[in-house]
Amino acid sequence: MDFSVIVEYFPKLMQGTWVSLQLILLSVVLGGIFALPIALARISKNPLISGLPFAYIFFFRGTPLLVQIFLVYYGASQFEVVRESFLWPVLKEPFWCAIIAFTLNTSAYTAEIFRGAIQAIPVGEVEACKVVGMTKVQMYRRILLPRAFGIVLPAYGNEIILMLKGSALASTITILDLTGMARTIIARTYTPIEIFLAAGVIYLVISMVVIAIFKQVEKRQNRYLGPNPVKLPDDV
Amino acid sequence: MIDLSGFGNQLLLGASVTIELALASLAVGLVLGLLGASAKLSSVKVFQWIANGYTTIIRGIPELLTVLIIYFGATTVLMAVASVFGYEEYIEIGPFAAGVTALGLTFGAYATEVFRGALQSIPKGQNEAAVALGMGRVRTFYRIILPQVWRMALPGLGNLFLVLLKDTALVSVVGLDDIMRKANIAVSSTKEPFLFYSAAAVLYLGLTIVSMAVVYFLEKRANRGIKRA
Repeated sequence: MDFSVIVEYFPKLMQGTWVSLQLILLSVVLGGIFALPIALARISKNPLISGLPFAYIFFFRGTPLLVQIFLVYYGASQFEVVRESFLWPVLKEPFWCAIIAFTLNTSAYTAEIFRGAIQAIPVGEVEACKVVGMTKVQMYRRILLPRAFGIVLPAYGNEIILMLKGSALASTITILDLTGMARTIIARTYTPIEIFLAAGVIYLVISMVVIAIFKQVEKRQNRYLGPNPVKLPDDV
Repeated sequence: MIDLSGFGNQLLLGASVTIELALASLAVGLVLGLLGASAKLSSVKVFQWIANGYTTIIRGIPELLTVLIIYFGATTVLMAVASVFGYEEYIEIGPFAAGVTALGLTFGAYATEVFRGALQSIPKGQNEAAVALGMGRVRTFYRIILPQVWRMALPGLGNLFLVLLKDTALVSVVGLDDIMRKANIAVSSTKEPFLFYSAAAVLYLGLTIVSMAVVYFLEKRANRGIKRA
């Protein structure tokens, strides 16, 4: 074991970490934006509206992320139409392909989380809003959305951690994220244990930061539950 | 069966490797999960620390990294251990063994939490009743606790198995001939990536549907003693 390689290559690992963070942040934000309309369409009682989001969610949750990345990165280039279209400058960049695949993937998972949260709000609360004479906008802004936000938080935190771990797959399409950078360094130094351990520790630190942030936000959001809030079960 | 320029059979062969890997990792993971849950609920502090460290580390590290660490790291560690005993030949662990270890460890970490929840949900009185009937600890565990834990844990374990099934694709990165790698090989010779990765996606979807059906059947069976509300 020679831990001096970690010190030597630490700046490189930090570069990779920065790429990983960009991947995670962009895809989580974009995925969150797409997830809400997908969730709302999925809830619809009209099968013509809920059918497509159902298939979308089923596909992206039922196949490995690796397949989805390869489908976007390698698959799209099979068609000449794509190679000659205005999209090609984007689709030939591995970074944007990873963003596209991650966004599609996380939006499917997040949509299911949103759907669960919206459906978990008791009917009585909606009725109560109507009784006190709130308009629909007031009801959503004051009661339903903050409520759904509080319910969503624990599961959404888990989804971000899953995305963090999924982002390591970007290294399979030549992106130098944290894992990709670690593999490159190892190819040069042949010290797999030291460098992979260092990368693992960095991932652990990031996920602990995410968990800590969500704990704080959750505490704030759910403070109406009092000093001893109902313990939500660990979602896996 | 669709021919897929002669690669259809190869993909099916890959699917059988994927299934073997998933089932082997499931077996390892279930054992690790039960051990982990017992350790977390044990009154011995050291066991609790070990189990907490295990679940925290594994759940915070990307699965791909776990696979890579085991595949590349285990060789180094094994050779270092072997050289202590004077064995200087090159030792290599194959991608399948590395995959089973990595995915089993991952499944076990998540299953620990599922089993812990299930074990805690069984009222203490059940244990006391079994003792009052004169059952030993082992017999109580097999006859009273385990069947109920199984029922409580099944939905969680079912979800974890679906995750595991998709994680098997990661082992293709270290060269296991599963669905994903067979698709890669087919792509490099036919230059039809969209076709073969779609075929791979369909195979995984099929495996997912079958697994969901099996879990549904198992849950129904495990709940046969419970009256529907």
